[in-house]
Amino acid sequence: MREKFEKLTSTCIPLPIENVDTDQIIPARFLKATTREGFGDNLFRDWRYDKNGNKIESFVLNNPKYSGTVLVAGKNFGSGSSREHAAWAVAGYGFRAVVSSFFADIFKNNALNNCVLPVVVSEEFLGELFKSIDENPANTVTIDLPEQTITNNATGRKESFDINPYKKNCLLNGYDDIDYLLSRKSDIEAWEKNR
Amino acid sequence: MEKKTLFDKIWDAHVVSIVEGGPSQLYIDRHYLHEVTSPQAFNGLRERGLKVFRPAQNTCSPDHNIPTMNQDKPISDPVSRNQVDTLMKNAEEFGLTVYGLLNPKNGIIHVIGPENGYTQPGMTIVCGDSHTSTHGAMGAVAFGIGTSEVEMVLASQCILQPKPKKMRISIEGELAKGVTAKDIALYVIAKMTTGGATGYFVEFAGSAIRSLSMEGRMTVCNLSIEMGARGGMIAPDETTFEYLKGREFAPKGEAWEKAVSEWRKLPTDEGAVFDKEVVFDAADIMPRITYGTNPGMGIGITEKIPTLDEIDDAGKISFSKSLEYMGFKPGESLLGKPIDYVFLGSCTNGRIEDFRAFANFVKGHKKAPSVTAWLVPGSWNVEKAIRAEGIDKILAEAGFELRQPGCSACLAMNDDKVPAGKYAVSTSNRNFEGRQGPGSRTLLASPLVAAAAAITGKVTDPREFM
Repeated sequence: MREKFEKLTSTCIPLPIENVDTDQIIPARFLKATTREGFGDNLFRDWRYDKNGNKIESFVLNNPKYSGTVLVAGKNFGSGSSREHAAWAVAGYGFRAVVSSFFADIFKNNALNNCVLPVVVSEEFLGELFKSIDENPANTVTIDLPEQTITNNATGRKESFDINPYKKNCLLNGYDDIDYLLSRKSDIEAWEKNR
Repeated sequence: MEKKTLFDKIWDAHVVSIVEGGPSQLYIDRHYLHEVTSPQAFNGLRERGLKVFRPAQNTCSPDHNIPTMNQDKPISDPVSRNQVDTLMKNAEEFGLTVYGLLNPKNGIIHVIGPENGYTQPGMTIVCGDSHTSTHGAMGAVAFGIGTSEVEMVLASQCILQPKPKKMRISIEGELAKGVTAKDIALYVIAKMTTGGATGYFVEFAGSAIRSLSMEGRMTVCNLSIEMGARGGMIAPDETTFEYLKGREFAPKGEAWEKAVSEWRKLPTDEGAVFDKEVVFDAADIMPRITYGTNPGMGIGITEKIPTLDEIDDAGKISFSKSLEYMGFKPGESLLGKPIDYVFLGSCTNGRIEDFRAFANFVKGHKKAPSVTAWLVPGSWNVEKAIRAEGIDKILAEAGFELRQPGCSACLAMNDDKVPAGKYAVSTSNRNFEGRQGPGSRTLLASPLVAAAAAITGKVTDPREFM
């Protein structure tokens, strides 16, 4: 059983950069662990800390103005490497959802497998959300998974988002794909015999 | 009869079931594992008390962390050593084939898969690594997965995947002098942009693709992920069969004949429909180089970096941030820019053909004294071929030293790190910030452009020497 996801209202952390790749989310030199824990500490490591390990004050995660469990990012978030460590880092830092106008495929799968909801919104919604956060970091979004909607509570703008019904069900109930596949073992054996 | 694409034929033949309202349960013929993305998956099996469902279909090779010097000695970084040791122990515990350090079959997993005949046309292939797309060059459906999915494959030899859309990218015509498979790929990525093929599985076609060697085709498919594609593939043909025949794990004798006749049925049917079709003219492609921090930010070697006016509004912040990181100005040319490092290697350009091209180019020249060059074969088999063909001697005469196989400076998980602020002309696949070491600046290019930079010490059009 995994964590469940239903409905969430939170302030946001804005990252209006496009094509944020998984090497930025978690640099390769932090991929050497053999467990899933601790990656949140190195989320956006080289944007967050300088080479001496001091905080880079201008980076958004170091700005006390911003907090929350929703990351809002420019388009094509999570491109590059298939490292699930990127999703572990995002989840480990405490994010429950990432909002962007576009996600790289593998990151999207990895996020869903770690109970982090990737929410795809229109360019307009994203632009307006960045503006709302900029105007007042206390502005919130509400993400409703059963209804498949996201609302910018500052403007009232509401949009539906896509998620395949199977994955939605997994998130709502805390199931994972392995539970499902293990329940299908005999089908797999039968398929192998008949191929 | 229904007209099907190469991709459809393979994908559809591997669907065990379709989950109600959801993804396909896809059967995986071959699973490759390396040390970085697998340990948590093996832990998952242990926690659930599971065995590997089909051990013979899983092959392991440590590659990301391994040093490229003194592989006979223990790995000096204890964390890297632990990760490599963990793979060796996991493979033993779960009964999987593993080619450890100094094993003659060790090397980058995407290099050793095809060269040992594990990768075959018509297969479904996955690995916890985005460059698994490389294997698509053999006419397979091959793509990268995350660690949770690695665990799924170990446990059930299946994964759950929504079927991607289909795109065909055709490159028609003849390649000009000095233009390689790498240049085709960098050109296509720049045209498509770094996310332009997201959601699609790409078939590469056209006369320029058909004329490529297997090695060149692997370079092209390898880089398909850099435009966001789920994978890239090329229909198997005589080039494919000739490459595969006689390799250790390829079918033999009668089984070979039978397999080839099946593989001949795989190419896309005339009239099959793609969700998107793109055609490029090979004559428009010149040797390429990247100037920015994603592989789509590239230009022809004699072209100029775009000006800010040419970038759309939403992308301006990222573009400026990228150029600032690289130390370049909008609108300038890269020709003549001094460089510090040259890296020949990786799953993109670490095969024998790449070493032949590089050696052929530097023959009779000397490495520029200001340049540190790392020449890293993709596998011990590649290294063996380099020695057998006398390429090592040509390289040595020109002042280049050969290192031992591994992923090396492509992602700098070992000691091969480009220092902060330094420029590397690299035949690898990613120029992301810090990819080749914290603060490193990467210019992606072909082995020929890398060779030209290595002997001149600056960004140079290789055609000047040809």
